[in-house]
Amino acid sequence: MTNSQVGAVAPRVTPEEMMTVTASRLLADNRVIFAGVGNSLVAAALARRRQAPNLTIVLEGGIIGTHLRPGQLPVSTNEMRAAYGATMLTDISDIFLYAQRGFFDYGFLGAAQVDRYGNINTSFIGDPDAPKVRLPGSGGANDIISLCNEIVIVTAHERRRFVEKVDFITSPGYLSGGTSREEAGLPFGRVSHVVTDLAMFDFEPETRLMRLRALQPGVRVEDVQEATGFELLVAEEIESLEAPTAVELGILRELQGGEFEAEPVIEKGMTR
Amino acid sequence: MKVSTFEARLDLEQHHRPMVDKRVSANAAVALVNDGDFVAIGGSCFSRTPMALVFELLRSGRRRLTISRPLSCYEADLFFVTGTAERLVTSWVGIGLRWGLSPVIRRYVEEDLAVYEEWSHLGLGLRFKAGAMGVPFLPTMTMLGSDLALREEVEHVHCPYTGQDLLAVPALNPDVTLLHVHRADMYGNAQIDGYSHMDVDMAKAARRVVISAERIVAPEEILRAPAQTILPHFAVDAVVEAPFGAYPHEVYGRYEADMDHFDNYVALLREYGPDEGVRRYMQDTVMAFPDFDAFLESVGTERLGEFTRSAQELTS
Repeated sequence: MTNSQVGAVAPRVTPEEMMTVTASRLLADNRVIFAGVGNSLVAAALARRRQAPNLTIVLEGGIIGTHLRPGQLPVSTNEMRAAYGATMLTDISDIFLYAQRGFFDYGFLGAAQVDRYGNINTSFIGDPDAPKVRLPGSGGANDIISLCNEIVIVTAHERRRFVEKVDFITSPGYLSGGTSREEAGLPFGRVSHVVTDLAMFDFEPETRLMRLRALQPGVRVEDVQEATGFELLVAEEIESLEAPTAVELGILRELQGGEFEAEPVIEKGMTR
Repeated sequence: MKVSTFEARLDLEQHHRPMVDKRVSANAAVALVNDGDFVAIGGSCFSRTPMALVFELLRSGRRRLTISRPLSCYEADLFFVTGTAERLVTSWVGIGLRWGLSPVIRRYVEEDLAVYEEWSHLGLGLRFKAGAMGVPFLPTMTMLGSDLALREEVEHVHCPYTGQDLLAVPALNPDVTLLHVHRADMYGNAQIDGYSHMDVDMAKAARRVVISAERIVAPEEILRAPAQTILPHFAVDAVVEAPFGAYPHEVYGRYEADMDHFDNYVALLREYGPDEGVRRYMQDTVMAFPDFDAFLESVGTERLGEFTRSAQELTS
C-alpha cells in the first residue's frame, strides 16, 4: 500500500480503538489474561502481537491459549472462532477454578454500569425487584473480578454508565471501599485500572475510590467530569496518554478484518 | 419438582441402566420430561445446544418447566413465550452483544411473567458439580460480596480448618439433562471434541439423561479413543441420532453457527414485537415440521455445507 493510499483512507481513531489500545498497553509479557469477548479480547490480542508475544489468553468457554484469526473475531466466548489456535480446551468450571487457584494474572472485562468503587452492574437497571431494564447478567464477570489477580475494566465513558452507586452489584469491585472487599471474603484480586475512551483511572489505596490518573489525547478533566455521574477524585499529577500509533492501529484493524494501515488522526475532543 | 442431592442418590440406587440399545426418537426421548420438571440443557450460549431435542420439547407442550444452562441463548425466549418454562436458572442470557438485549427476556422478567434466577458462571457450574459429586454444596470464593449471593439467599460456611469465610453454593440435581455430543454408541457411551462446557457435571447430577449425537457409531469406534469418552453408558438413559442436531448453533469442528438465522430471528422480534415475533418463529421454524430432519431439509444441504466447511477451516 502506498503512502498516498494510506492518506486516502486515513480514518479517525474511534473511541473504541482508543480505549482498546490503552488497555492493551497495560499487559506485560509472559502473563496469563482472562478476557471477556469484545474490546477486552481485542486488547489482549493486540498486546500479544506487540509487546507481549508470550501472553496467554484464556476465555470462559474453556479455552486456553487462543490465537484468534484476523477478520474472524468471535462474538461469543463459546465458539470455534474463540478457540482458534488454542493450546487447551476444557470445561467452563475448570477454567474458573484455575482462576480461583490464582493462575490468572489479569482479568479484563467490560461494564454496563460501574461505580466509584469499581463495582459492576450487568443485571438490573432500576430496582431489582421491579427492574426498568433486565440486563443479560453476570456470565463470567462476577467470577473474573472475584478470582483473577489484577482486574482492568474497559468500557465506553458515558454518564449513564459511570454512576455514584450501581443499582445492583453483579461483580464486586471494592464494594463500599476501604477494606470491605477483603472483609467480604475476597482477600485476593484487585481492580487496578478503569480504561475508557476519555481517560484512565486507578483506585486511591486507602479509600479505594476511583481516581483519575491520565487523559486520552485532547480530553480535558472537565470533559471527563461531564461524562461521569459522580464527583471525580483527581490525582495530584495527571498524565497524558499517548495516541495510538500507526503500528497499533494497523494490528487492531487487521484483527478486525480491515486491511488498511493508517496514520492516527487525532483531533481535540474527537473522542466525545 | 426439584430433588435434593440425597434424594437423587436414593433414586439412582433404584434406577438401573442396563447395557441395551438405548436409541429412540427425539419424540420418545423428551417423554422423560414431565410438567414442572427441572431440565438442564447442555452446551453454552450457541455452542452444542441440543436443538433437535429443544425443538421436540417445544413441540411436546410441556408446561411450567425450569430450564437451566450455563449461558442461555434465544431458546430461552421460545421456552418463555410458549409457556413451556416459567423459570430460567442461568448466568447470562442473549445471543451476543451484536444482537442486543432480548426483548422477550426483558418483557417476561420486567413484567414478572417469568423468573430469571441469576448465578455467576462458576457459581452455577459448582452447583452442577456438587450435584455430580453427590454432595449437597460446594465452598467457593466466587459471588462473595456481590448482590447475586444476597438475591438468591446463598448461605456462607466457615472452613473448619482455617476459619475462612466461603460461600456454600447448593447442589443442583436436574430431573432431566439434555445434551448434544459428537458421537455415541447405542449404549450411550458419549464422546465429544473440543470444549465440554458443563455437560459432564450436568449429566452426572441429573436423574435422567438424554443425549443426541451427530453420529451413532459402532461400540468399536468408542474403544479406539476411550479418553475422549465424556460419559459412560451407565450415566445415560436415551440416545437420539441427530446429525446437525445443534443447528442453528455450532458443534466444534463440525459446523459453525448460522448467524443469519439469528439475524432473521431478531428481525422478526423487531418487526412483530417479542410475543408475536416468537409465535411466528415457532410457527415457521418449529411447528411447521414434523421433526428436526424435515426442518434441516428446509435449510438445505448446500447451506449446511457452508457451515461445515468454515468449521473445518477453523479447527484443522
